[in-house]
Amino acid sequence: MTTDFEILETIRMFQEQHLDVRTITMGISLMDCSSSNAEETARKIYDKICKRASKLVETGNDISREYKVPIINKRISVTPISIVAASSGVKDYTIFAKALDRAAKTCGVNFIGGFSALVHKGFTDSDRYLMESIPESLAATDFVCSSLNLATTRTGINMDAVRDMGRIIKKTAELTADKDAIGCAKLVVFANAPEDNPFMAGAFLGPGEPECVINVGISGPGVIKSALETVRGQDLGVVAETIKKAAFKITRVGELVAREASSRLDTPFGIIDLSLAPTPVVGDSIARILEEFGLEDCGAWGTTAALAMLNDAVKKGGTMASSFVGGLSGAFIPVSEDEGMIAAAASGKLSLEKLEAMTCVCSVGLDMVAIPGDTPAEIISGIIADEMAIGTFNGKTTAVRIIPVPGKTVGDMVEFGGLLGSAPIMRVNTSSCAEFIHRGGRIPAPIHSMRN
Amino acid sequence: MKLMDQHKAVITVVGNDSIGIIAKVSSVLADNHVNINDITQTILEDIFTMIMVVDLEKSDTDIKTLDEKLEKLGEDMGLSIRIQHAGLFNAMHRI
Repeated sequence: MTTDFEILETIRMFQEQHLDVRTITMGISLMDCSSSNAEETARKIYDKICKRASKLVETGNDISREYKVPIINKRISVTPISIVAASSGVKDYTIFAKALDRAAKTCGVNFIGGFSALVHKGFTDSDRYLMESIPESLAATDFVCSSLNLATTRTGINMDAVRDMGRIIKKTAELTADKDAIGCAKLVVFANAPEDNPFMAGAFLGPGEPECVINVGISGPGVIKSALETVRGQDLGVVAETIKKAAFKITRVGELVAREASSRLDTPFGIIDLSLAPTPVVGDSIARILEEFGLEDCGAWGTTAALAMLNDAVKKGGTMASSFVGGLSGAFIPVSEDEGMIAAAASGKLSLEKLEAMTCVCSVGLDMVAIPGDTPAEIISGIIADEMAIGTFNGKTTAVRIIPVPGKTVGDMVEFGGLLGSAPIMRVNTSSCAEFIHRGGRIPAPIHSMRN
Repeated sequence: MKLMDQHKAVITVVGNDSIGIIAKVSSVLADNHVNINDITQTILEDIFTMIMVVDLEKSDTDIKTLDEKLEKLGEDMGLSIRIQHAGLFNAMHRI
């Protein structure tokens, strides 16, 4: 029997500590939408998504009301378009991006991910067409998100793709320069991308996934921080236990919502993504959790250790709470989407190099990082190369979502608005890596990937 | 993971104390054949807080409609009255 204290504690978590289900993402396979005609493929894409996801938003709203659990986003992820469009006979894939965008608008979701390609071992022709279509597609659509997997621990790093993506990111920035390069906020490159990630911009439904699936992303930085405030001064073992217990409760919320959504939409339940995802709202910050550990600013020495512990404790508490855990499942450190990160980066206490160190122990990577618009494409590729190496050689997922803002430089702020927040332009080491990047080729897989 | 007692719900009432709160809420529940299993109520620094565990099994009214009726009653009385499936609390606080 639940006690009164527990009921009030639960209500406080939602009302004061910003506990919410961050997203219900419906994954829809578009494998059967291929055809030899682009218009027909685009139409099939639109029709299938609208048919499968017609009740997604309404169901999310119903569950939210009946359980009094805020469900912030309803989203859709699809099979990487480079696979779906491969036989369609065109080279410009903007038509498919537009079909995704229209479908997203019809269904009422706020993002649709999967304008993607998996190029970790090399490119198909279709992969190349998709990549070259990215800048135009992200400029021409509102809700489409694009992602690429450039590396895996088993295959190594596709350095040709790393070289190309520096250039493509810059072009995406240029084509959306009037909106502070917002196109780049919808574009992620990965090492070891998960096939079932429910979060944007990196969500896509991998080839190993079923016909249709419900994946849920929860969130609760505010709950964790409030829990830690009750154990100030106590040793780190107590801190770890406190985080684990809070993570358990947070994850159970997600599990319940996922099972309800799955049942009402008659769609199999996939996974819960345990990630702690911040928002720019005060009280919903990962950086402030790290400061609650006892650091003056996020970015101080000790930040990497604190984040490693936080990430690990969240996973331990969350895994007990759910039958199927997947996606990214760790702490997110998106600079623009975290009030504490924004403050630390703007005051110079948090550097890009420190963020890179933090990506070794958390789940995302260099995320929503704004850099000067005149940063050369090769340096962007170098940043990507380093993140890919961290992921590939350590057997974890890493990613880069970087935004070179045309016309802005260190000291300027960029406003993206809404959940995308705002970001200070961060300083980038300008030493050239152009010769390294232009070599191209593949960095071979690390020896520890040979596990047979 | 089994959700215990699919037809149980939790009603929380929070706001300024006034005459007739329990009577009026109970009246709405009785009209809709909702059984009250447990009530706990306290006044914390002049703020009235009541938690009721109720059983919807014999009710023909769905929880969304109950939510609307209780919300309206709350507005009329200057209180926050919410009803939600009990499954959430069980899920979060039990292994």
